[in-house]
Amino acid sequence: MEENKETILSVKNLKVSFSTPDGTVEAVKGIDLDVKAGETIAVVGESGSGKSQTMMGIMGLLAANGAVEGSARYRGQELVGLPLDSLNKVRGARITMIFQEPMTSLDPLYTIGRQIAEPIVHHRGGSFKEARVRVLELLELVGIPEPGRRIDSYPHELSGGQRQRVMIAMALANDPDILIADEPTTALDVTIQAQILDLLNSLQARFGMAVVLITHDLGIVRHFASRVVVMRRGEVVETGTTADIFERPQADYTRMLLAAEPSGHKPAPADNAPIILEGRNVAVDYATGGGLFGRSAGTFRAVDGVSIRLRQGQTIGIVGESGSGKSTLGRALLRLVPSSGRYNFETTDISDFGRAAMRPLRRELQLVFQDPYGSLSPRQTVGEIITEGLYVHEPQLSRAARDKRAIEALREVGLDPAARNRYPHEFSGGQRQRIAIARAIILKPKVVILDEPTSALDRSVQGQVIDLLRDLQNKNGLSYIFISHDLSVIKAMSDYVVVMKDGKIVEEGETEAIFEAPRETYTQALMSAAFTA
Amino acid sequence: MTDILTPAALPPETASRSLFQLAALRFRRNRAAMASCIMLVLIALFSFVGPYFISHSYDQVFPSYVSIPPSLEPRPDASSLQDVMESVASRARVELKEFAVEGQIFTATVTSDKPVDPRTTRYFDRANEFDGTQVVATEDDGRTLKLTGSVSREYFLFGTDSNGRDLMARVMLGGQISIAVGLLASLVSLSIGVLYGATSGYIGGRVDNVMMRFVEILYSLPFVFLVVVLVVFFGRSFILIFLVIGAVEWLDMARIVRGQTLTLKRREFVSAAQALGLTDWQIIRRHIIPNTIGPVVVFVTVVVPKVILLESFLSFLGLGVQAPLTSWGALIAEGANNIQSSPWLLIFPTIFFVLTLFSLNFAGDGLRDALDPKDR
Amino acid sequence: MISFVLRRLASAVPTLFIVVTISFFLMRFAPGGPFNLERPLPPQTMANLMRTYHLDQPLWSQYLTYIGNAVTGDFGPSYIYKDNTVFELIGKGLPYSLQLGGYALLLALVGGVLAGTIAALRQNSAFDFLIMSVSTVGVTVPNFVVGPVLTLIFAISLAWLPAGSWGDGSLRFLILPMIALALPQLAVFARLTRGSMIEAMHTDHIRTARAYGLPSRVVVVTHAMRAAMLPVVSYLAPAAAALLTGSAVIETIFTIPGVGRYFVLGAINRDYTLVMGTVVLIAIFVIVFNLLVDILYGLLDPRVRHD
Repeated sequence: MEENKETILSVKNLKVSFSTPDGTVEAVKGIDLDVKAGETIAVVGESGSGKSQTMMGIMGLLAANGAVEGSARYRGQELVGLPLDSLNKVRGARITMIFQEPMTSLDPLYTIGRQIAEPIVHHRGGSFKEARVRVLELLELVGIPEPGRRIDSYPHELSGGQRQRVMIAMALANDPDILIADEPTTALDVTIQAQILDLLNSLQARFGMAVVLITHDLGIVRHFASRVVVMRRGEVVETGTTADIFERPQADYTRMLLAAEPSGHKPAPADNAPIILEGRNVAVDYATGGGLFGRSAGTFRAVDGVSIRLRQGQTIGIVGESGSGKSTLGRALLRLVPSSGRYNFETTDISDFGRAAMRPLRRELQLVFQDPYGSLSPRQTVGEIITEGLYVHEPQLSRAARDKRAIEALREVGLDPAARNRYPHEFSGGQRQRIAIARAIILKPKVVILDEPTSALDRSVQGQVIDLLRDLQNKNGLSYIFISHDLSVIKAMSDYVVVMKDGKIVEEGETEAIFEAPRETYTQALMSAAFTA
Repeated sequence: MTDILTPAALPPETASRSLFQLAALRFRRNRAAMASCIMLVLIALFSFVGPYFISHSYDQVFPSYVSIPPSLEPRPDASSLQDVMESVASRARVELKEFAVEGQIFTATVTSDKPVDPRTTRYFDRANEFDGTQVVATEDDGRTLKLTGSVSREYFLFGTDSNGRDLMARVMLGGQISIAVGLLASLVSLSIGVLYGATSGYIGGRVDNVMMRFVEILYSLPFVFLVVVLVVFFGRSFILIFLVIGAVEWLDMARIVRGQTLTLKRREFVSAAQALGLTDWQIIRRHIIPNTIGPVVVFVTVVVPKVILLESFLSFLGLGVQAPLTSWGALIAEGANNIQSSPWLLIFPTIFFVLTLFSLNFAGDGLRDALDPKDR
Repeated sequence: MISFVLRRLASAVPTLFIVVTISFFLMRFAPGGPFNLERPLPPQTMANLMRTYHLDQPLWSQYLTYIGNAVTGDFGPSYIYKDNTVFELIGKGLPYSLQLGGYALLLALVGGVLAGTIAALRQNSAFDFLIMSVSTVGVTVPNFVVGPVLTLIFAISLAWLPAGSWGDGSLRFLILPMIALALPQLAVFARLTRGSMIEAMHTDHIRTARAYGLPSRVVVVTHAMRAAMLPVVSYLAPAAAALLTGSAVIETIFTIPGVGRYFVLGAINRDYTLVMGTVVLIAIFVIVFNLLVDILYGLLDPRVRHD
């Protein structure tokens, strides 16, 4: 049925390149793509696949060092090389866009009402005052509560989800033919993601524009797109209907992407396994506002009376959305933030241990962070980074002995030992995360707290990191606390799950039980948002 | 970018480069910045090595050459030597027949009615310009003497000042003082600023509040004024001048370092170091300081010209280093006062001064671009 | 808003107090005094002078007296301009400095922002290079060079403009000192504007504005420039305080009877009261302009708006 529809955007042999000091880099290497009236087409690819740059190229939004070649015809009109004046009649009116970062995509200095009105005023004429009625209508449409009051708000006064709704309102303002959504939900929490996608879906049903959904997340694609274009390294790997792509993938790469969804599950340790780390009634307060000379405006309770008990060989998954206190809980258990409560490590009561007393225990309790770009000091070599723990805890080691340990650790995480003489910026995200893991395991710890270790990585790389973590756990008998907002990863990694919201535990239990039969409504909402999307 | 299927693959086999090496590479590609660096080296060589290659010292006074314009010709020139020679000859009561100068040697033939006493050569040596006069030949029964001797001819490529001192030597000395003040004062402000800023930022909380409040108060003290007051009241020694300027210029540095430290404190690699059990001091030494160096180095290239300007301002007000020492600022001030009668006194020091500051600015811009490539 | 202003003014009082205290003691602990002339005065005269000006009292009592008087607006008599109080001297000189500084500030701000914006929009063009070179000259050439050179060219060689003095206060007399005074600040404004404008043009919300087909003029003026003005506005406070309180150099070169000369004259002659008066004047300007700039900043940026 889709085949009968008119093609409104036809991309032929489109190339995007960037001139850099190291020569020209081809981001998009001559791709073909058709968008038909009213359809939802998903462009899927991992980072560096050129999926966003394709759209930026068509819309004339490339960075100054970017160049676009080839052809992109919108209803017969060539967009590539179109003079700015004519291009400005198309973009914002016939073709509109929403972006990944709702935080920065809106001008912080103007009210949202004024920003939504701008494209209306510029494309249809009239005054800002006249446009106000239309803006109110649009805000209502995208589900902003109290539009009459919100219209005069500034972006920083809205939540991330609301800002993305404002962007959608702006995109709809001139009844576009095509709406390009560039990773519209990536920066949002799971439950908000689902709401935004539902909104896009219902708006499309109502107004009938074509939607180009650019995403790295195959889960979204299955439920929202009618056709899929898979991109890799600037080329189209495969194009087809959603059903075909998911049921009968042709390209290896597509198959690999589909298989990359983390799978497997972890058996629980024996009931009599010793308790290795325990926190009771953990509470963490942050001062907010903090005026001059200690006039602090108040405190915010990030973690509120949480108790947790980790057994030898166990993996506890902690799930929650941003602001649920899950990361803070992890740091409190390692005694890295001031907190109240009782803490035990093995049989030692560490509740009153200060920084100095904790220091010898640090080698047993390790931490891996989310952002593999921020967690490695850019000025140290990989060798220096991973042996830093030895420098503290085994200072008697000779240089050669340290180097030997570094080689072992790198081998263990699946990296070439030659990597130790290089600098972090020379590695990809997945490789950096392996380096961070090597730094944690070189000390042969007993407990590793993994704080969103896979969230900044592409799906295919995620799978590899998860396999590595599992492997290390089996080999070394590690106990993990695995913190993530990503339910599919939690499901694959942990044998016990704790669901957190607003600093409190909502629900906890064996992984099977939580995923098969969640009792609390919040858990149910999380599950449905994550697994229907 | 993607590392699919080949997780253990390393980046392509190019030489591994640290961030500093990469920055150096980018810097070397920046032609304006490289030219500036070469210029700075040349100016430094001129100021510090130059004095060994010229015969005049900065405080040597040439009473016969007061306020003479710059010239590539040696002084005095042939015609004025002739005049001098004639006046010497008439003082010696002899008649000058022939006179020629070749390089540093002159030959003269003098005659008289009576035999000439060979000791008249003393008259010739007495003049500034001539030296080592000897009798080469005696003719006409001693009534004609052929004399030869060396001419002391001086080169004043930059001219001389109103006291008859060689401006080139003065500019070299001024360069030494200005550059030294610039570097030393920047060093002082760097030390105070880094220490203060890092402490304030790393400790944070109430200590940070109080320390930064103090900086704010110092900001509302008119700082140029403070320098003037300090210099006037405590004397005008070279050491004091750079100490005072440095003590006044550290505020911006402290703010920058504090800001950097605050950002770094939140970076995950610092948390990672804490989780590994490093002490505060180890973290500051191994993680904070190496990562603040970039912005600090860039800022130093801003402070050095600022300090040189401030010193020149003090010199203009007559509060700089004391004569016969001088600095570019003092020379420029002197030149500005004689702009109509002897413009070269303004032109030469200004050229060096402006070239230095210009180069420092471009080098600083280049350094900033190299260390913090935003367009990537 | 009113409560914000009041709070800021209240916090300015201790600042001012500390500034006065630091300056007072710094000056007094230095050797020398206002009447230590090259030819020493007879001891009797000296003692009389010291008594007249209360310099024979213990330092802390002098300090308390000074603070007490200063609160009521009495900054004491000047030691070198014997017939004038410090208040009168500043009152006489300030209008000249304010007028000249006001023109210079206007020139620096408008010229700098304009040049910086154009340079940013034509990044790496010949015009950009020209603007940046000229502004580097502006920053690097000290104004005691610019002043005489301008005089030489426009007043002496070309004889277009008067060489100095306030004259009848008309613009003709002010053009040269105004340019010499404004040039370094103009250069700073230009560099600042260029930098923040380039940064602003790379932000995500500028991409949004372009993606929605807004004309370049709107993208640049409404969105980029307003964001780019924030650092410029921040710099306005120190620039205004520096320009409006007079420049010793410019006022000396162009013989303008402003307040800028007083601090040098006062310091050289150890005229304690005059020095203190200028310190207070400058500190007040710095504080007031910081406040004004913060208010302006709040108007431009809703994120820091003051309740």
